[in-house]
Amino acid sequence: MYFRNALGAATAMSLITAGALSAETITIATVNNGDMIRMQGYTDDFTAKTGHEVEWVTLEENVLRQRVTTDITTKGGAFDIMTIGMYETPIWGANGWLVPLDNLSAEYDAGDILPAMAGGLSHEGTLYAAPFYGESSMIMYRSDLMAKAGMEMPDAPTWQFIREAAAAMTDRDAEINGICLRGKAGWGEGGAFITAMSNSFGARWFDMDWNAQFDTEAWANTLNFYKGMMDESGPAGYATNGFNENLSLFQQGKCGMWIDATVAASFVTNPNDSTVADSVGFALAPDTGLGKRSNWLWAWALAIPAGTQKQDAAVQFIEWATSKSYIELVAANEGWANVPPGARTSLYENENYQAVPFAKMTLDSILSADPNDSTVEPSPYVGVQFAAIPEFAGIATEVSQEFSAAYAGQQTVEEALAKAQAITNEAMEAAGYR
Amino acid sequence: MARAVTQQRKIINTAAAWGIGLLIFFPILWTILTSFKTEAQAIADPPIFLGFDWTLENYSVVMERSNYARFLWNSIIIAGGSTVLGIIIAVPAAWSMAFVPSKRTKDILMWMLSTKMLPAVGVLYPIYLLFIQLGLLDTKLGLVIVLMLINLPIIVWMLYTYFKEIPGEILEAARMDGATLKDEVLYVLTPMAIPGIASTLLLNVILAWNEAFWTLNLTAAKAAPLTAFIASYSSPEGLFYAKLSAASTMAIAPILILGWFSQKQLVSGLTFGAVK
Repeated sequence: MYFRNALGAATAMSLITAGALSAETITIATVNNGDMIRMQGYTDDFTAKTGHEVEWVTLEENVLRQRVTTDITTKGGAFDIMTIGMYETPIWGANGWLVPLDNLSAEYDAGDILPAMAGGLSHEGTLYAAPFYGESSMIMYRSDLMAKAGMEMPDAPTWQFIREAAAAMTDRDAEINGICLRGKAGWGEGGAFITAMSNSFGARWFDMDWNAQFDTEAWANTLNFYKGMMDESGPAGYATNGFNENLSLFQQGKCGMWIDATVAASFVTNPNDSTVADSVGFALAPDTGLGKRSNWLWAWALAIPAGTQKQDAAVQFIEWATSKSYIELVAANEGWANVPPGARTSLYENENYQAVPFAKMTLDSILSADPNDSTVEPSPYVGVQFAAIPEFAGIATEVSQEFSAAYAGQQTVEEALAKAQAITNEAMEAAGYR
Repeated sequence: MARAVTQQRKIINTAAAWGIGLLIFFPILWTILTSFKTEAQAIADPPIFLGFDWTLENYSVVMERSNYARFLWNSIIIAGGSTVLGIIIAVPAAWSMAFVPSKRTKDILMWMLSTKMLPAVGVLYPIYLLFIQLGLLDTKLGLVIVLMLINLPIIVWMLYTYFKEIPGEILEAARMDGATLKDEVLYVLTPMAIPGIASTLLLNVILAWNEAFWTLNLTAAKAAPLTAFIASYSSPEGLFYAKLSAASTMAIAPILILGWFSQKQLVSGLTFGAVK
């Protein structure tokens, strides 16, 4: 008996020691948004299960992008896991900067990741980042104002309907703008919106020989339609409005419609922050009947930089954070409306989640965006609201600045498009594409 | 009559000074006020100035989510360390430029200042690679060195200006009395330049405390100072203005208090030698 107890104690001690020896502290760079902050709150659960500690570096999205890019291109090794998006993942994967996630456990069930997300986070069929949450864009509208205008929002409206509805809902005296859209310069702000919108008008950034396409009728139609509608029914100063400005306007009841990230649905329906929480409806982003809608596709995903000394611990963290059991953990503590959306098929098969008001429209929006086939005419790039080439961020930032200047009335749409054409062709030539 | 005009002018000047002071301080005041609002009140239109239900919730959330003490400690070490190291290097440099100038002293001073005109991002990659090689990435020592080097031109220039105001004859007299170079700098020059050194010190602490480019780019979890603490509450997708304001208030409070108590020395040092 004594021997058995001693043996048991020795075994326990050796297990604890072994655990302590293999326990690592991993450093994770991430963005400041609701879902990521929530994940940080559950770190203890991961530590309890694996023994690994986590140190978080939380940064604003643009700062994070610059910070992790510097680190990965210099093989700095400051981070063991990086939060990156659909733009960086295929480029970095192709460069060999990321650890391929092709050996995840059977329990993790990588096949459950939504195909659109897995496709956008892969290079040549290999997954390089696991989606923590995914998003598309959709219409969020005031059902009470729509009813007052005597109109009914279809599930899949056209841009023409949206323009008419916006005009009907606009009431300048009551400070109600029919529609609020991003106009702020920046490739991830107004640039993302107008690129996604242009897809539905039959426009594209490049033809198959990487020639810029801003001199086409499709782009002129896109910009003229956007500016015309926003001048009629948009808020004052829309050329400088981004996600946060429009969220603020919508929550205060000053927008009839808002087309933006699906993740905003949980904000505008939260009665603690939104004055219109009980009268919000959802619909697919509009189209023009050409076969492509104007919604984008994005995921914040977790990736492991090649060269990390703590790869095993990093893989364990990714399997924990993007697992089905993590979703259940959040649901049990904070309700199904607060789980990270848009990453796993099984979430949308869950009856509890189906009861969440914006769940179906979010899934439909995600499923209707295909990063490998986003334009009406063929294009040589992957991505819906961006082209996944390293040069795109710089070019699109400059182009969106020209567009914002046109929205603000500082130049005409034609001038902005001509400048965009020149900027893009010049940059692509310098980069050796043309 | 003349006296009445003077009095009137005095009142106008005082009112104008207060007006400009309040205008400059208003963004800080607004940040502090916003930190006591709810997120909904923080974005209210028209903005609410004072008539809101004051809450400490944002501070409680920030304290729960972040290790404020660690960020604060890192800021103190980085700002204090870089300033002290800078002063140690700059005092002898400024002494030589002020009292034993060469033909090239003015050129050297201008060249030192011109390094401040280089955009920081232009040398990010070389410095990042150096830091990797030297194992200085995400260390307080690395940031102390970088911030000292960045602020060194300003420290040297300021001290040079103060030292120029001190009559060289006094140092000469000390030398004739048998003072060594060390004695001359430590026991004669330094005590006479205390107001200038104090204001240089304070200004550089403020500059190092607020420096955001290098402190964000060369740190991760271990050496991150309060600038990284603020950056962790900024978000382009989500309205967290009240929490961001609480974090900002907590980050600026120490330096604001330091500036408040030392404003006399700061002003006297900055205006030292301005009127002859």
